[in-house]
Amino acid sequence: MSVPTPTPGAMIVLDHVTQWFDAPAGRTMALHDVSLRIAPGEFVSLIGPSGSGKSTLLRIIGDLISPTGGQVQVNGKSPREARRARDYGIVFQSPVLYDWRTVRRNVELPLEVMGYPRKEWTPRAERMLDLVGLRQFRAHYPWQLSGGMQQRVAIARALAFSPPILLMDEPFGALDELTRERMNQELLGIWAQTRNTVVFVTHSIAEAVFLSSRVAVLTPRPGRIEEIVAIDLPYPRTATTRKDPRFFDLVTRVRSALREA
Amino acid sequence: MRGLVLAGVVLGAVALWEGLKAAWGIPDYKLPHTYAIVGELFRRTGRGELWLVALGRNALTTGGEALAGFLLGGVAGFAIAVAFIHWPLAEQGLLPYVVASQTVPILAIAPMVVVWLGTGWTSKAIIASYLTFFPVTINVLRGLRAVPPDALALMHSYGATPGQILVKLRLPTSVPYLFTALRISATASVVGAIIGELPVGSAAGLGVVIINAAQYYTFRPTNLWAAILVAALLGIAFYAVVAGAERVLVRGRRPAAVAESE
Repeated sequence: MSVPTPTPGAMIVLDHVTQWFDAPAGRTMALHDVSLRIAPGEFVSLIGPSGSGKSTLLRIIGDLISPTGGQVQVNGKSPREARRARDYGIVFQSPVLYDWRTVRRNVELPLEVMGYPRKEWTPRAERMLDLVGLRQFRAHYPWQLSGGMQQRVAIARALAFSPPILLMDEPFGALDELTRERMNQELLGIWAQTRNTVVFVTHSIAEAVFLSSRVAVLTPRPGRIEEIVAIDLPYPRTATTRKDPRFFDLVTRVRSALREA
Repeated sequence: MRGLVLAGVVLGAVALWEGLKAAWGIPDYKLPHTYAIVGELFRRTGRGELWLVALGRNALTTGGEALAGFLLGGVAGFAIAVAFIHWPLAEQGLLPYVVASQTVPILAIAPMVVVWLGTGWTSKAIIASYLTFFPVTINVLRGLRAVPPDALALMHSYGATPGQILVKLRLPTSVPYLFTALRISATASVVGAIIGELPVGSAAGLGVVIINAAQYYTFRPTNLWAAILVAALLGIAFYAVVAGAERVLVRGRRPAAVAESE
């Protein structure tokens, strides 16, 4: 894939991205002509029903899948170059923590793999654990932690090497509603400090509206961007934001965009 | 509590043995009394040595061979699994032969290996490793593949090399599977070493004792039973060492992951 000159003012550029998968049963169109531009420091959610290709899109940005067509630019580079330059950290729906490592050693994993000097591992990991409020659990093993805490460890791990971009693939999808709301609040607190560009995949409308500066609504089979809803609620957002009539208006707008999809 | 259960099982087995013997009137030359077997251990041999000591000496020989076979088979089995995971073509081409190797009776192969390599401990170790490598290959192969897809995607996102993925992700994931295999290999290595001692020419080891005792079974059945008892204890000792090592090495893991291999 050729990469044109970096687009100023954009951290992630998706240009007519298409993705299909060939299976014995025939060809599946996962994404069709998706174009999206994300500015540095933006928090953009991709929302859509299952089969809308939102996770596929995230994995294309992360160079975990190569798109069949179209062009992608991440931090002014091709996705592959961006991945090699460690431009993003990623969080999945499952925390994928290593059972045999303590919380701190899990956060150190990317630093080890990326060849950071050994003496930087622990200070960096502990700073990240401070950020997610889990320093006192650094010697615990992951399975001794609750689901929400495990996901906070996964976030600390994703941010351990200070990447400019944070990719999140339904990170709170497996949590109960109350824990999810608390995690949303905490994520915004973390984001206020790190100011990453965040791409967040979810199928919860309330979550997308609460977190994002923009919400891209995807339609299923093939996945296309139906509408991009700007969320003009001021940050910092708190529990009162959820009671704001404008919050409800935006939830309704995203919902109707999803209906039309 | 565990000791109590163990003692109960031994008592039950002895009662069953003696009960059957009495009920069917089985003569001693077919099935000796349990106390006669234990008593045999404390008889003296022609050279004035306690049978227990003589058997212990031979058990040490067999144990050394079995240990060498266990290590050799473990390393080889592990290396084969790692090679297979990195070269799928090798797995497709060679796995059927790995499986076929286990359908060949080891009793038929043992004399050849002894002829090739002599009657020393190396030939016995090789024969034992022939039995031990297989469970390790099969289980480690499974373990190396038991990696969740997203854990792999995570490593790719870091730009990890195949070597890093192997060392930091696949190998630790496979450890519980490895220990399941090693428990099987531990007992199989003792059986393999004994079989390696059966062909003519071996001077020491439980296999030699068993061959001799088997020839005189009707004359002195307690002799063979005593050898079997010591061989079983040797196998149990091997198993216990592996189980103990596992408990130390997988400390800190999610209890379920450990329980899986129990």
